[in-house]
Amino acid sequence: MRKLSSVIAAGLAVGLSVGATAGTLEDVKKRGTLSCGVSTGLAGFSQKDEKGQWSGLDVDVCKAVAAAVLGDAGKVQYKPLTAKERFTALQSGEIDMLSRNTTWTHTRDTSLGLNFAGVNYYDGQGFMVSKKLGVKSALELDGASACIQAGTTTELNLADYFRANGMKYTAVTFDTSDQTRSGFESGRCDVLTSDQSQLYAIRIGLKDPSSALVLPEVISKEPLGPVVRQGDDAWLNIVKWSMFGLVEAEFLGINSANADDMKANGKPGQKRLMGSEGDSGDKLGLSADWAYNIVKQVGNYGESFERNVGAGSPLKISRGLNAQWNQGGIMYSPPVR
Amino acid sequence: MSKEHITHGKPLASSGSFFNNPRNRALIYQFLLLLGLGYFFYTIVSNTMANMEARGIKSGFGFLFTTSGFDILMSLVPYEATDTYGRTFLVGLLNTILVSIIGIFLSTILGFLMGVAYFSPNWLLKRLSIVYVETFRNIPLLLQVFFWYFAVLAALPSAQDSLSIGQAVFLNVRGLFLPALVEDSGAAVVYGTAVAAVIAIFFLRRWAHKRQDDTGEQFPVGRVSLALFIGAPLLIAMLMGMPFHFDYPQIGRFNVSGGTSIIPELMALTLALTVYGGAFIAEAVRAGVQSVPHGQTEAARSLGIKESRIMSLIIVPQAMRVIMPLLNSEYQSLVKNSTLATAIGYPDLFTVFVGTSLNQTGQAIEIVFMTMAVYFAINMSISFIMNHLNAKVALVERK
Repeated sequence: MRKLSSVIAAGLAVGLSVGATAGTLEDVKKRGTLSCGVSTGLAGFSQKDEKGQWSGLDVDVCKAVAAAVLGDAGKVQYKPLTAKERFTALQSGEIDMLSRNTTWTHTRDTSLGLNFAGVNYYDGQGFMVSKKLGVKSALELDGASACIQAGTTTELNLADYFRANGMKYTAVTFDTSDQTRSGFESGRCDVLTSDQSQLYAIRIGLKDPSSALVLPEVISKEPLGPVVRQGDDAWLNIVKWSMFGLVEAEFLGINSANADDMKANGKPGQKRLMGSEGDSGDKLGLSADWAYNIVKQVGNYGESFERNVGAGSPLKISRGLNAQWNQGGIMYSPPVR
Repeated sequence: MSKEHITHGKPLASSGSFFNNPRNRALIYQFLLLLGLGYFFYTIVSNTMANMEARGIKSGFGFLFTTSGFDILMSLVPYEATDTYGRTFLVGLLNTILVSIIGIFLSTILGFLMGVAYFSPNWLLKRLSIVYVETFRNIPLLLQVFFWYFAVLAALPSAQDSLSIGQAVFLNVRGLFLPALVEDSGAAVVYGTAVAAVIAIFFLRRWAHKRQDDTGEQFPVGRVSLALFIGAPLLIAMLMGMPFHFDYPQIGRFNVSGGTSIIPELMALTLALTVYGGAFIAEAVRAGVQSVPHGQTEAARSLGIKESRIMSLIIVPQAMRVIMPLLNSEYQSLVKNSTLATAIGYPDLFTVFVGTSLNQTGQAIEIVFMTMAVYFAINMSISFIMNHLNAKVALVERK
């Protein structure tokens, strides 16, 4: 009987402990590392090099948060996740934040117990076909087979697009980006559909990148951004402003090279962001030089963009929508004051 | 407590010994355990619900009636993106059942052939059986699934350069395309004849059995049955001027269209499950056959039974007593292994429901619970059927 009651007590303890959640900020500080969910490998956004170092536009958001919170952009523990695993990993507390080319949608924002902290890349869904087929427009794809990654908004957009245009298609779904690519390469499908940025990334991975063509049509809005758990507003603010910090630094003309100079001799707005004036760090529960750490260690948004997906990378994606609002894009940070 | 109280199981009048009565004690403890378990699960469920609500995660089964919005590669019932998640569940379930049934059927045949081949006096056949079992039993199933899908089937030519047999059957990287049988008016008569033939075969077998019991004369039941089953419907069909036509597949701009097709994901998964499951069944068959004493073979020989029939008439029926329980667990693991479909995108219940639907709705607990219940139910049914069959082959003991 004693055994039985101890079993029940242990069971109850397990059941009850699920309810207790401390603040994510305290957890991260205590642990000394940020646990960040990224993709299983997507060129330009989150990929691991041969030395095991992660880099990419999404990875830079993880780094920015680690720099702001812990003062060291290197203190990130990356958790590679498939599209299907990502939300569960965040909900269950396995990761502190998710930065994995994830589209901000109504359903995800309202019903999963998650909050989107902003947009770090404005994307749209496109199509990639083999040049052999001689297809010039997505509207010529009636009857085609399409390779898609399972559990993405892509799957839903594709169904909508073909239905809206009265065309038929066959959906062939795969688990990871790599499998989707090999499905396309082996000829299992005629067209590979995904976010445009990913199409360029996948195209580089093909044995012969020049054999594939990205069609001009963009059939959806895909605002990609970092995600956190709902109900921890302090943490949401930190992730949100770490991202805005990247964007605002570019807007104010602060980069990794001139950050020290700006901190000491900048204009009032520049000094305020760098922490030598005002108390922006204090209000976030961080040190005064939170944004300085981000810019010094990660760079501003523009630097991150050029390095990972822009001219300085094999992807060569132009800024487009992702340019600053005063440069023809829609990247816009609220003022830091 | 005195001895007679135990034997009669009656409680004593005094309250102290009521608790000392073993029957009462057992009942009380079982009741308490049940109560404890009930409370345990109640706490877990209510705790989970409360936590999910606190975190703003939607729960409930309402999603089953909302539109799914995505398409599925293969479906045995009509399905479109405008259908509900409930329908998605059904599509996945049927695909799981399909691959399980085909897998169980084929792996049983392969397993029995290979298991019996082990006892073949033919050196080559025996080695083949050993090599087969040892190879496929020792390689992880996931690897075998990948092998068939990415190494074997993906190496087939593209849709435009399909391998074809007389422009009617096409094989390419998109699958196997076969002519579809389309019924014209009068096809029902042919089907009716086939059913009648099956009934006739049933009575023929009974008659032949009885005649052999009475007179000892054998009747070629197998050959006559086959002739009846194929011949009769064919004759009727010819008399009616063939009320069927074929819908031939054709190579279109992108895909092969028309006819019926078997997708490569299904082929790869079936191949992997069959070959892997077959290796285990072969081992079960070998164990069963070895459990039958050699004296049985000698006895059969001394009765003058043909060497080629000893295995099927004497050995295997006795071996079944050992094989049956093993088969039960092999079939159950085959059904569970079919969830590896998710690795290659075959739209089984796990891929479609726990994969895509879960990710689109985010209702992990409901979906995982439903899926677990389904696999539990499928395996319980298999167990039920197999136990029933096991009882039939079991040694009948004198009552």
